[in-house]
Amino acid sequence: MTNKTDPTGDVRLTGISKTYGAFTAVHPLDLTVPQGSFFALLGASGCGKTTTLRMIAGLEEPSAGTVSLGGQDVTALPPYKRPVNTVFQSYALFPHLDIFENVAFGLRRRGIKSVKKQVEEMLDLVQLGEQARKKPHQLSGGQQQRVAVARALINHPKVLLLDEPLGALDLKLRRQMQLELKRIQTEVGITFIHVTHDQEEAMTMADTVAVMNAGRVEQLGSPADLYENPRTTFVANFLGTSNFIEAEVDSKSGEEIVLKAGGGKLVLPEARCSAPATTGGKVLVGVRPEKISLTHADDAGEIPDGRNRITGRIADSSFIGVSTQYVVDSPVCTDFEVYAQNIDRDPRLVPGAEVVLHWNPAHTFGLDADQDADAGVEEAA
Amino acid sequence: MPFVNWLKRNLVVIAGLLTLAYLLLPNVIVTVFSFNKPKGRFNYEWQRFSLDAWKDPCGVSDLCGSLSVSLQIAFWATLGATLLGTLIAFALVRYRFRARGAVNSLIFLPMAMPEVVMAASLLTLFLNMGAQLGFWTILIAHIMFCLSFVVTAVKARVMSMDPKLEEAARDLYAGPFQTFVRVTLPIAAPGIAAGAMLAFALSFDDFIITNFNAGSTVTFPMFVWGSAQRGTPVQINVIGTAMFVVAVLFVLASMAVGNRRNRHKA
Amino acid sequence: MSTLTEAPPPLAPEAPEPKPPRRRGRWTPYWLLLPGILWLLVFFALPMIYQASTSVQTGSLEEGYKVTWHFATYWDALSAYWPQFVRSVLYAGTATILCLLLGYPLAYLIAFRAGRWRNLIMILVIAPFFTSFLIRTLAWKTILADGGPLVGALDTLHVLDVTGWLGWTAGDRVLATPLAVVCGLTYNFLPFMILPLYTSLERIDGRLHEAAGDLYARPWTTFRKVTFPLSMPGVVSGTLLTFIPATGDYVNADLLGSTDTRMVGNVIQTQFLRVLDYPTAAALSFILMAAILLMVTLYIRRSGTEDLV
Repeated sequence: MTNKTDPTGDVRLTGISKTYGAFTAVHPLDLTVPQGSFFALLGASGCGKTTTLRMIAGLEEPSAGTVSLGGQDVTALPPYKRPVNTVFQSYALFPHLDIFENVAFGLRRRGIKSVKKQVEEMLDLVQLGEQARKKPHQLSGGQQQRVAVARALINHPKVLLLDEPLGALDLKLRRQMQLELKRIQTEVGITFIHVTHDQEEAMTMADTVAVMNAGRVEQLGSPADLYENPRTTFVANFLGTSNFIEAEVDSKSGEEIVLKAGGGKLVLPEARCSAPATTGGKVLVGVRPEKISLTHADDAGEIPDGRNRITGRIADSSFIGVSTQYVVDSPVCTDFEVYAQNIDRDPRLVPGAEVVLHWNPAHTFGLDADQDADAGVEEAA
Repeated sequence: MPFVNWLKRNLVVIAGLLTLAYLLLPNVIVTVFSFNKPKGRFNYEWQRFSLDAWKDPCGVSDLCGSLSVSLQIAFWATLGATLLGTLIAFALVRYRFRARGAVNSLIFLPMAMPEVVMAASLLTLFLNMGAQLGFWTILIAHIMFCLSFVVTAVKARVMSMDPKLEEAARDLYAGPFQTFVRVTLPIAAPGIAAGAMLAFALSFDDFIITNFNAGSTVTFPMFVWGSAQRGTPVQINVIGTAMFVVAVLFVLASMAVGNRRNRHKA
Repeated sequence: MSTLTEAPPPLAPEAPEPKPPRRRGRWTPYWLLLPGILWLLVFFALPMIYQASTSVQTGSLEEGYKVTWHFATYWDALSAYWPQFVRSVLYAGTATILCLLLGYPLAYLIAFRAGRWRNLIMILVIAPFFTSFLIRTLAWKTILADGGPLVGALDTLHVLDVTGWLGWTAGDRVLATPLAVVCGLTYNFLPFMILPLYTSLERIDGRLHEAAGDLYARPWTTFRKVTFPLSMPGVVSGTLLTFIPATGDYVNADLLGSTDTRMVGNVIQTQFLRVLDYPTAAALSFILMAAILLMVTLYIRRSGTEDLV
């Protein structure tokens, strides 16, 4: 395959947008997907991710902007002239053709006569060599999914588009296919653009994830970066769970911002604050539930210095095997979520117990306080 | 009382089978009386067994001629109605356009109109235009009333078709024409075939509209109607029986082929 | 990763449409519709207008007809032929109810109880269509023949006494009586009842029966509260598909009936093809059409099923 740094293989969207009457499905958007990467568009249904994908495929005409593939402007090309193939949601396998003919469809349309060898190799790649003469409805969901991938990949597209390809599979099969798709992508080196609403799926598979909301890209980055440094409450809530405390900027010292929340003080590294932090201004302080330690109030003295701390009372706890999830009521934030690993469980940590929550300030992130702290909570559910 | 319980549980089955018997009784009579040797001109009373009519099905003047007229009209009417109806069905399912409601009503009304009303009004038109009644006026009328049924059959099929399939074809390098021929048409084919078969049956068996607009042309149903006044030849029963048998065999054979293919592929 | 997102660029400089929208697609539906719709307009809608005009014309065959807005034709036709109208509605209505009563068990049987016989029974329901309906209707002349086994049996069981008292049969005859006509109508339009019933029954999830049973419904209650309401679309379209053609039918009344069982279809046919009194015939068929449209609209309103096609 081509050199991964070759810029001619990039997918470049420039100012692309889509409106239906008064409704804007995709706001003007610039996006570059480097050649050979596994790129995920993540968002809830109706966020514009599928529309974006369809504009790349040519199935939807952009209202404005251009799509270029490897330096060539393909905006005006119909889908059947674009070097792009799609794995459709629910697969769209041709029911009147058998598996072999489904896979051979693209080759035949391009006038290639001897397709047998290629099709057989491709079916072997997806481990369906035995099933060549069956009709799609005779295959299981997972097998149909692999046919859909084979049918698209056999054309050696510059980009493979996957529209919720795993949505119809059950959880176990989905995990298996995630690894399978990742393997295939590494093997063939083709750019994959994957649309999904499943944040775990996006994080497991993709090198780069773009989180979309209401027709806009909220944030883009590697999965770890998005998770650790969310820049909006939507991203913070849509990817995993976050706790938010509204705090006031007290002072800045070196690399750190000191905040006032309730009676106590919290420390936030300036690098991890995406909001303008002027003294006296408000900031939303966020922290992930698994970063927090829980100590009974009687042992508060044992907590090392330099950690952010909050006091509260356990409202609820649920045991889920690897961890225990606590809901803590505190003066600065009701329903504070804490996930504690089940090692050395303190038997005193039961609902009603007074506790101290504490964490390493390096895990704190700061967001603009003007946004809704609950954005993205429902979408993630 | 096990018997009463059994009866209670299977009451619906018994009632259903009785209805089926009611539906099939006339066909049994038609078949049995195709072996009759009637005394007078009418074939309503059983006399004695005879193969005469089967040996000479065209032995009555004009009978096979009328059959041929009916088959020709049915063929062309099926072709015309299927073509026009399929186009309309695709337009209705695939496109947004003004006057959709009006088009839908225009399709629905011929099916909701008693035949005699359509027959009489069409005759009024032909008389006013001074058209020569005969083969062509029958054909025009048949295409008209078969059209709506074809639209309904094809529409149902096209509507249940996943539009993503056509997108997939376009995505896989098939242009608009290739997409239509390779994907759309094969998938819509069962609906089109069902519509065509319905059109053929409706046209071949139509009497009321034909009777009004036929002039001196005689179709098979009109021949049967005439013979009910003049005298019913046994050959009518022969043809009725033969059509029934051929149709049932055709359906059974196509089902057997379908079954075998499925089992083979499984 | 050299991936980047930037702030959305201003739209204004791009505002003039960069490329022409594909014009070809806009007219496609109209081209597809054109031939078929034109056919229906010319040979279905236009004739209706001609007929409306004919119904208010006066004149004679020799001198030709003129539109004189002679609405009296309608009144004359109604007062002369109201018994045929009443009879048509009565016969067709009875036949429709009989079709529902007979057809429902069979449709139910095919949908839920037939198992591997389902396809065979289905074929047997449709197969009679392949024999001309006139031939099959003539067969009823044999079945209902005077002194035949069926009529004999009905006579012995004193059924004919009851039907005779009701005015459905005359003496020991069935042929040439209203009963024969209704029997023929029922027979001819029964498949039009069974097929839509079957279609809507077949869609019912069998687990609903189990759920109803689980919730203490006896079989009959299950039918009344679950199955029948869910099959309403089939009942509605089945009754319409039976009632409408039965009302306008004249074949059964002619072949199996007598002059006392003539329906409005017979009158229209005679006026048009024998008496050649076109205005009266046109007026009659217009009244029939209006009456049926009215009844159908009211029926659809009441049964709450708006979308039939």
